[in-house]
Amino acid sequence: MSDYAIEMLNITKTFPGIIANDDVTLRVEKNEVHALLGENGAGKSTLMSILFGAYEADNGIIKINGKEVSIKNPNVATDIGIGMVHQHFKLVHNYTVTENIVLGREPRTRFHTLNLGIAEKKVQELSDKYGLKVDPKSKIDDISVGQQQRVEILKTLYSDSQIIIFDEPTAVLTPQEIDELMIIIKKLQAEGKTIILITHKLKEIKTVCDKCSVLRRGKYIGTVNVADVSENELASMMVGRAVKFEITKNPPKIGKVMLDVQNITVKDHNGISKVKDLSLQIHEGEILGIAGVDGNGQSELLMGLCGMLPVSEGKILLDGNDITHESIRGRIEKGLGHVPEDRHKYGMVKQFTLSENAVLKDFYKPKYSTKYHTLNFPKFKEVASQQIEDFDVRTGLGADTVAGSLSGGNQQKAIIAREIELSPKLLMIAQPTRGLDVGAIEFIRKRIIEERDKGQAILLVSFELDEIMNLCDRIAAISHGHIVGIFNDGEVSQREIGLMMASSEKGEKDEG
Amino acid sequence: MKAKDENRTFIDKLLDSDVAISILVVMLGFLVGTLLILLVGRNPADMFSSITESMFGVAKRNGDWNFRYVGETLAYSMPYILCGLAMGLPARVGLFNIGAEGQYIMGMTAAQTVALLVTPFPGLWFFCLIAAIIAGSLWGGIVGILKAKFNVSEVVATIMLNYIALYTSRLWGFTLPGATTYNTAPLPLESKLTKFLIPTSNFNTGIFFVLLMVAIYYFVLNKTKLGYSMRATGYNKYAAKCSGISTVRSVTASMLFAGAFAGLAGAIVLLGGAFPKGRIITGMDNYGFMGIAVSLVGNNTAIGNLLAGVLFGILKQSQSLMQSRNIPKEITYIIQGLIVVFISLRSGLEIVKQKRLTKKLREEALSK
Repeated sequence: MSDYAIEMLNITKTFPGIIANDDVTLRVEKNEVHALLGENGAGKSTLMSILFGAYEADNGIIKINGKEVSIKNPNVATDIGIGMVHQHFKLVHNYTVTENIVLGREPRTRFHTLNLGIAEKKVQELSDKYGLKVDPKSKIDDISVGQQQRVEILKTLYSDSQIIIFDEPTAVLTPQEIDELMIIIKKLQAEGKTIILITHKLKEIKTVCDKCSVLRRGKYIGTVNVADVSENELASMMVGRAVKFEITKNPPKIGKVMLDVQNITVKDHNGISKVKDLSLQIHEGEILGIAGVDGNGQSELLMGLCGMLPVSEGKILLDGNDITHESIRGRIEKGLGHVPEDRHKYGMVKQFTLSENAVLKDFYKPKYSTKYHTLNFPKFKEVASQQIEDFDVRTGLGADTVAGSLSGGNQQKAIIAREIELSPKLLMIAQPTRGLDVGAIEFIRKRIIEERDKGQAILLVSFELDEIMNLCDRIAAISHGHIVGIFNDGEVSQREIGLMMASSEKGEKDEG
Repeated sequence: MKAKDENRTFIDKLLDSDVAISILVVMLGFLVGTLLILLVGRNPADMFSSITESMFGVAKRNGDWNFRYVGETLAYSMPYILCGLAMGLPARVGLFNIGAEGQYIMGMTAAQTVALLVTPFPGLWFFCLIAAIIAGSLWGGIVGILKAKFNVSEVVATIMLNYIALYTSRLWGFTLPGATTYNTAPLPLESKLTKFLIPTSNFNTGIFFVLLMVAIYYFVLNKTKLGYSMRATGYNKYAAKCSGISTVRSVTASMLFAGAFAGLAGAIVLLGGAFPKGRIITGMDNYGFMGIAVSLVGNNTAIGNLLAGVLFGILKQSQSLMQSRNIPKEITYIIQGLIVVFISLRSGLEIVKQKRLTKKLREEALSK
């Protein structure tokens, strides 16, 4: 009767001060691909770490193939046939593929010397059998991220795991690699493996999974047949409310062209062109959204526009002025505002107080200097306090609060406050609401619309299609560094844009 | 549940206070030092009396006051403080300046060159100090430019430049008037720093320059645009750059200042009274390296460096007293070493703090 490969019954796990898993039950049938869905911090990884033996549950039972087991450490997990493909690969970079796979269980010859030949053969066999194309003899350093992941998968196969856990496997992959991974997962299933896929990407679940269990804030919400539900239903299970909240906005009052990007090419730090021959225009009073899969050149586009990466070809005109080779500070002075994608890294100095952060971009201006040319800290504080009030930043100590001690939503509000305060001609906003709670998300979206209504030109980059669809007046779909289509709001459905982003992916050849 | 700012525990406050931690660490260092003294069967009271005598000049044994010790303590403290500053400023910008020693040597070399080659005139000493500041500053600046423009590791560059400075100084020293293997012609009186207050010791007017540098350090870092840029760069160079701050300028400027501090230290040691003749050094004086420890203990703040420099001065001065009391002087090095080891706990405490913070945030998120 027990057809379950894995049963985790009433699992509770608390960390000091937090209940990561609260009476969670997960049942995975043999030979199925089971998705574990949840937002960041929902407790997915904790649950899987318990299954893999990295943590011990405070309470609850784990059964594998109907037999109760006690998984004290990852070695036990490996012995009973559970393998895990970690999100951050655990590979030794100057070792070869095979050496990595056999690490800790190296085959020996009669004389107890290393026998890599036999291992290489086995790795080759496995890689042929499951279509995991990778050269057993190449060094990890020399292979792509997608291939490194295959090495991780081979590791689990090498130890003959019947259950394979994938922890957010697509987070680091290119769209093509994702497609290939999906095929690999299908193949593993066909060979009789049971697979758990930890993810918060609904599309992947629809593609490969049979069943899906949802966690939310540490609690088990339910398990559904993937075929029976829509992505929207899955999303509302994950988030706990109807996901779509429409924003009422007036029709845009479009003015003159504010930003004119002409055929720019931007290379990343490795010299690979991530933005290729890209052109777009943004007008006063409109929000232009860039829709696309993560890693299709959005970051590099913004970095190129703000001056962090050089633009190797083409031209950028801001309000008619050529800023292509302007310094970063020069661009800021000319009216370019930027709410960066990675707010901790680029948006603020965590150790500074809010008042120091509030003037990060214009502290050198005469208005912030005393008559002795020293910094006028009371003035900093005045500006910051105003921003805190205007943007409802919840702080412990007002402007004297250290920025790093705020919650993500409040940090983001403080950054957006600063950028709007600089009243730039163009405001670039990347991932404005990623990782924020609902209240902050709504507040920030409202403020963005308000700025647009004041006649501000806004460039919005988001990986959330919903956000783009809701906020933007025009939507540009980006793929492989190209704009593959620009639409007006309401002209296209979410599905069509999704198709735009996807269809061009197949047509393109990866230039690597 | 709400964010618990109001019920910050004693531990939270203690962890947040860098001053409290520095003091605790120093006390801990002395405590372990005391235990070691006991372990080798000596009387720790003798160690402490040596130290108090170096601090206050009061001799426990006969109740006499001997301010010479205080003067020597302060004289030793001067280069420590300056070299601490030379380490501290780049550290605030995110650089590890192991090159204070080389900058110190270049400063000293420049000072004695001016002292020996320029026809003596009243106030010559001032020009010696200026020469030292410029030389040290250039020596540091090289590293700054290499780092900022070409991303050359400042650690490697400074270590190399330390040796280049040492041997350049020697080679150059031999060409100076009256050079023998170890020293040159006597330094003219006009080039010497004036002893004052405690004329029996080497305590001298250099102290005013030291205090001036401490003040400059504080002022530049905390009150100026440059200082703001430096701190922003040190804390988060990506955010600084993305906000239009020139990280190249911050880095270069910090090394220029650092070199100036260390260079001045070299001149003050040379002209401060202990050396009647110009020096042809055979090895390093180690003030520059000790500056690393000083700035660690002082947590890279102006006042912290000042106090830590004095602490190291006290320990150095008390060495001779300890030896006369049958306490191995090496204990002072051990205490210094222990303090440095314990101070590294600060990074550990940072992790603890981070953990407590994440915990708090997690709770907050969970309770919503």
